[in-house]
Amino acid sequence: MPYSDKVIDHYENPRNVGSFDKNDPEVGTGIVGAPECGDVMKLQLKINAQGVIEDAKFKTFGCGSAIASSSLATEMVKGRTLEEAMQIKNTEIVQELALPPVKIHCSVLAEDAIKAAIQDYQQKQGAKLLQNADVSATETVVA
Amino acid sequence: MSVQTPIYLDNNSTTRVDPRVVEAMLPYFTEVYGNAASRSHPFGWSAEDAVENARNQVARVFGADPKEIIFTSGATESNNLAIKGIAEMYADKGDHIITAVTEHKAVLDACKHLEKDGKKVTYLEVKPDGMIDLEELRNAITDKTILVSIMTANNEIGVVQPMAEIGKICREKGVLLHSDAVQAYGKIPMDVNAMNIDLASITAHKIYGPKGIGVLYVRRRNPRVRLTAQMDGGGHERGFRSGTLNVPGIVGFGKAAELMQQEMEDESKRLTTLRERMLTGLKDAIDEAYVNGSLEHRLPGNLNVSFNYVEGESLLMGLKDVALSSGSACTSASLEPSYVLKALGVGDELAHSSLRFGLGRFTTEEEVDYVVRRVIHEVSRLREMSPLWELAQEGVDLATVKWNAGSH
Ligand SMILES: Cc1ncc(COP(=O)(O)O)c(C=O)c1O
Ligand code: FES
Repeated sequence: MPYSDKVIDHYENPRNVGSFDKNDPEVGTGIVGAPECGDVMKLQLKINAQGVIEDAKFKTFGCGSAIASSSLATEMVKGRTLEEAMQIKNTEIVQELALPPVKIHCSVLAEDAIKAAIQDYQQKQGAKLLQNADVSATETVVA
Repeated sequence: MSVQTPIYLDNNSTTRVDPRVVEAMLPYFTEVYGNAASRSHPFGWSAEDAVENARNQVARVFGADPKEIIFTSGATESNNLAIKGIAEMYADKGDHIITAVTEHKAVLDACKHLEKDGKKVTYLEVKPDGMIDLEELRNAITDKTILVSIMTANNEIGVVQPMAEIGKICREKGVLLHSDAVQAYGKIPMDVNAMNIDLASITAHKIYGPKGIGVLYVRRRNPRVRLTAQMDGGGHERGFRSGTLNVPGIVGFGKAAELMQQEMEDESKRLTTLRERMLTGLKDAIDEAYVNGSLEHRLPGNLNVSFNYVEGESLLMGLKDVALSSGSACTSASLEPSYVLKALGVGDELAHSSLRFGLGRFTTEEEVDYVVRRVIHEVSRLREMSPLWELAQEGVDLATVKWNAGSH
């Protein structure tokens, strides 16, 4: 499978690999996927009192496209408010990384991970904000 | 670095044609280009002589008679011809075939085809080391069974089945035995008579010969095996396989077979040593690296290893200067990881983490050392990036985690 230059770049030089303390109240953690499916993504967001994502980190078990998708996702969310981050669609990742159809699910996973992390943060905060932030109800493009 | 990249370590998939084989083939394109079936002129006679010589060379490697060698276009055709040809020819005698779940697709899909036509097929499971259970085989044979088809060695995990014992059971029960011997032929000692093999499929491109030329061995004596041809035409190859013979390919197959026979003993020792060097190098540096399939009953050049917590396709991407294959689904068009690894009971997660190393005639010690270093480097890099590795380091038992597989 030929990879786009952008996928290769993110794979070889992944941005923001790592972890935050998942018990930190300012941190939202999203883990999506399953080892049996060959992909698990962990995305963590550090969110300030103004509801802005200050920092993001990821760890991914999955193919190169999955690693690239999560690496890109950490870059995309930084500096955005939670509302803005909720709007990120997997199709933006597909476009930016020039993912072929069989790799679309890797980008879907990244979108799911962002939403799961925000949801985790909101649960922690007990916030009423963005009540419709339900991962399973989110429309996604599946390969 | 004294090695040249990319390094080819996918010799279970196909092999480089040996220059000595190429040299043997060349005159048969431009000088001796006659049709081996032309009886009326020297062009035909010379071509026929060359074919008969190759038949001898191929037969000798596994103790067959040259008359029992039927040239085909490859092992896919040989497997199809054997299984469908027997099912059709012996339809009066029975309608049951026994094979194993780890067989090559050419065997499995030929069997599935027959099932659609109303035949019955038993797919034997394998033990965790990849070996079939001989008692299970014995018990599966009924008075309707006409054929048992078990591969001599597996293409993914290199596991070698006990063909002599399997042959004994089949002979006792009076059923024919076919073996897909593609991976084993010329690499480990084989004797169709001692093993009671009645039909065997082989192909030149796995033994440093050209692609597109195969053989079906069909026993002529004790018992005389009959077969319904699957290709209608001029009645070549004793009527089993019509079509003008691929003379240069056949000559190349013969030469390749001869070289395998001459070099088998030394080469098998050399490859076993290289494989052990590779495995030791990997296991010394990498925790939780598991060999898939029996190490004891295994082809010399094959190593199949799962590197826990690292996904195979991403590992291959990191090893872009090494030609390898993975049992991960993401490398192929399908969504399921390798059915062979699953049959061993390797969990999906570990199946997704597997690499197949196929060492061969042209593999050097320097290349093995280089690949070991690269694999160690990439596995540790990817584990640093792996949430599963992190969880495992924290002492979390991954089997107890409830995963949110999401909507993909
Ligand atoms: C075990 C086995 N059987 C059959 C085949 C098919 O052989 P061919 O490529 O000659 O059709 C292969 C490899 O391709 C194989 O590994
Ligand atoms: S994680 Fe399987 S294709 Fe991307």
